[in-house]
Amino acid sequence: MEIPYTVHPRPDTGVTNAKVGIWLFLASEIMLFGGLFSAYIFLRMGAPEWPGTTMSGHYYASASDILSVPLAALNTVILIASSVTIVLAWASLMTNNFSKYRIYMGLTILMSFGFLIVKSIEYSTKFEHGLFPSESTFLAIYFVMTGLHAIHVIGGIVVNAYLLGPGAKMWKTNPTQYTNRIEVAGLYWHFVDIVWIFLFPTIYLI
Amino acid sequence: MTNTTEHDHHHELSFIRKWIFSTDHKVIGIQYGLTALFFLLFGFCLMLLMRWQLAYPGDPVPIIGWLFSDETMPGGVMLPEFYNQLGAMHGTIMVFLGVVPLAVGAFGNYIVPLQIGAPDMAFPKLNMASYWVYFIGGVVMLSSFLVPAGAAKAGWTSYPPLADIETMGQTMWLIGMFFLITSSLLGAVNFLTTIIQLRTEGMTYMRMPFFTWVQFVTAFLLLLAFPPLEAAAVLQLADRLIDTSFFLPSGLVVSGEILEVSGGGSPLLWQHLFWFLAHPEVYVLILPAMGIVCEIIANNTRKPLWGYKLMVQSLVFLGVMSFVVWAHHMFITGMGTGLSTFFQITTMIISVPSVVILSGMFLSLWGASIRFTTPMLFALAFLPMFGIGGLTGLPLGLAPTDIPLHDTMYIIGHFHYIVAPGTIMALMAGIYYWFPKVTGRYMNDILGKIHFWGTLIFMNGIFMPMFIQGLAGVSRRLYDGGQTYEFASEVIKYNEFMSQSAFLLAIFQLPFIVNFFWSIWKGKKVDDDNPWKATTLEWSATPTPPLAHGNFETTPVVYRGPYEYSVPGEESDYLPQNQP
Repeated sequence: MEIPYTVHPRPDTGVTNAKVGIWLFLASEIMLFGGLFSAYIFLRMGAPEWPGTTMSGHYYASASDILSVPLAALNTVILIASSVTIVLAWASLMTNNFSKYRIYMGLTILMSFGFLIVKSIEYSTKFEHGLFPSESTFLAIYFVMTGLHAIHVIGGIVVNAYLLGPGAKMWKTNPTQYTNRIEVAGLYWHFVDIVWIFLFPTIYLI
Repeated sequence: MTNTTEHDHHHELSFIRKWIFSTDHKVIGIQYGLTALFFLLFGFCLMLLMRWQLAYPGDPVPIIGWLFSDETMPGGVMLPEFYNQLGAMHGTIMVFLGVVPLAVGAFGNYIVPLQIGAPDMAFPKLNMASYWVYFIGGVVMLSSFLVPAGAAKAGWTSYPPLADIETMGQTMWLIGMFFLITSSLLGAVNFLTTIIQLRTEGMTYMRMPFFTWVQFVTAFLLLLAFPPLEAAAVLQLADRLIDTSFFLPSGLVVSGEILEVSGGGSPLLWQHLFWFLAHPEVYVLILPAMGIVCEIIANNTRKPLWGYKLMVQSLVFLGVMSFVVWAHHMFITGMGTGLSTFFQITTMIISVPSVVILSGMFLSLWGASIRFTTPMLFALAFLPMFGIGGLTGLPLGLAPTDIPLHDTMYIIGHFHYIVAPGTIMALMAGIYYWFPKVTGRYMNDILGKIHFWGTLIFMNGIFMPMFIQGLAGVSRRLYDGGQTYEFASEVIKYNEFMSQSAFLLAIFQLPFIVNFFWSIWKGKKVDDDNPWKATTLEWSATPTPPLAHGNFETTPVVYRGPYEYSVPGEESDYLPQNQP
């Protein structure tokens, strides 16, 4: 007996196994980042001033004095754009246009790398100025939360690159399931995007 | 016994693919079961060493004392640091490597797909991954005993600031926890998807056996409660490795010197994140036990489970409420009366569904002519043992009575009554009940009964005096059992009795170990596919032992509820779920 509902949705739930799985996984991811955001609120409420510490001889009055808002804004644009392209990639498969799919998926992966490059520029500027996570609670939570988010971006790149590369063989044998896989990968990618959309104002702006 | 070879169209798998890197839920269940039983035994041995030290502080451990290194037990005499390692690792191993993997990983994996009529779990490869990630987590935890200065010493709760400034063993503990958390998350996604998607035709939610319901709710708890601990573990790892101060307040003094950190962190933050997991985790420990007991009670009373619907509703309510009671572990932290009041109220509320479920089990016995099989004895013993554990918890849920009892032996007695005479009794019941399903052979009844009575008596011998000691104020964390405290002198004499009970409990596990392995090969064969005459699909719709691949010859169709025993007017005293 084969496992049912891997390709076609179960009639009474209306979804495939993979889609139930990814939504449950994302629920647990929300709890993970929810825990970190709660920690952020908890630490900030207990801090006498925020980020407000003197580090390497400078006094910083607000988060935007320490962090680069323009770079983070650029990264926000990049991630949102990549969320759009991954939807277009899925839509191309739905219309049976594999070559268009490859372009959109390739763009998504390129933009993910772009995000990481901008992020690493941000990190290295901080390190050059002696701004390490051990300097203050603000920097500590900044590095941990954006670092964990970056790990999720890397995870997304690995999945998307697999689907575009060796995983693409499935398009020939089982196009429906392959399209489902792109949809599931897309759901994950939107989640990574949404986390950043919360991180950007929380850490950089307020 | 059905001849299974003719149904097995699949090509023969190699030994490694069949037994080591298997994707079959039954093999993975067995792997989980054997590994978890090993860890239960290992954690039990750590406790035996501690109990020797508590009863005879400063005396060398007899017979095996010479085996230990000079850093742990020079001349067989235990050092305080080693005692702390044993304490922390006993808790960690029993909870995360023993009971949960056995209750969820083993029983859940093996039984749930069979009970809902599914050919396997929804994601078989993920299932294999979650076992192996759990296995690696176990190896990391065990190897932490070998790093310089030994394993984690900050308790299973790993409270900072102590845990932040501990030796390397604590880092190993955190890394081990990452693996165990990942394993649980993968498992939870798999269980939930399986139960939502792979229920066979006719298996509606309200026809699911109570055991499957319990696994369903448990998986939700694991899925949503573990990630915050993962977040907390990331923060603690950052504190330890890249010198952040998430849990270190400003001006912290360690060994007479102010610690050179940026400060500004909060030890309370860890406690909130930790207990946000660890309270639902308590229900992860107890709910599968309740599920097993319900199956066995219904089967051995030959009656429907009393109030099945009400019990399912209570179970779901309990699962939801378990997310809003966590800070009742933190009444002495000074978090404020407002928060305390909230958590006292929710704690009193959550006791209601627990009592409903326990009452349902008791009422199921009413008027039955009970078959006193070995699994039934264990299941019956669960009821009063869990009752004692639950009722002694009520004073701990109210701040005025919790404050004097916090961190005393009373707490140890309370939660051990839940998980040891409670959950472990139920797990044993489950082993005796489903052993014929897995192997096609019964376990020996006489050895089983010796095991049962010895276990029941000596478990109480260990844990009952803890309440007396705790009410007298004896702390749970004393290396010498309280010898240096005058107020404890009246009650620490029980330590010797408790420790001897522990050693006798160990001896009474020998019949179980012998029985377990002997019965695999030499036990009495089952007469037919449904030896207990049970109604649920794992017994009635599949051969015993089940088919190696795909579980069922034809997809079973479900026509009725899970516990149709002794239906009036029927010839047979049970109607299987798949009987039209």
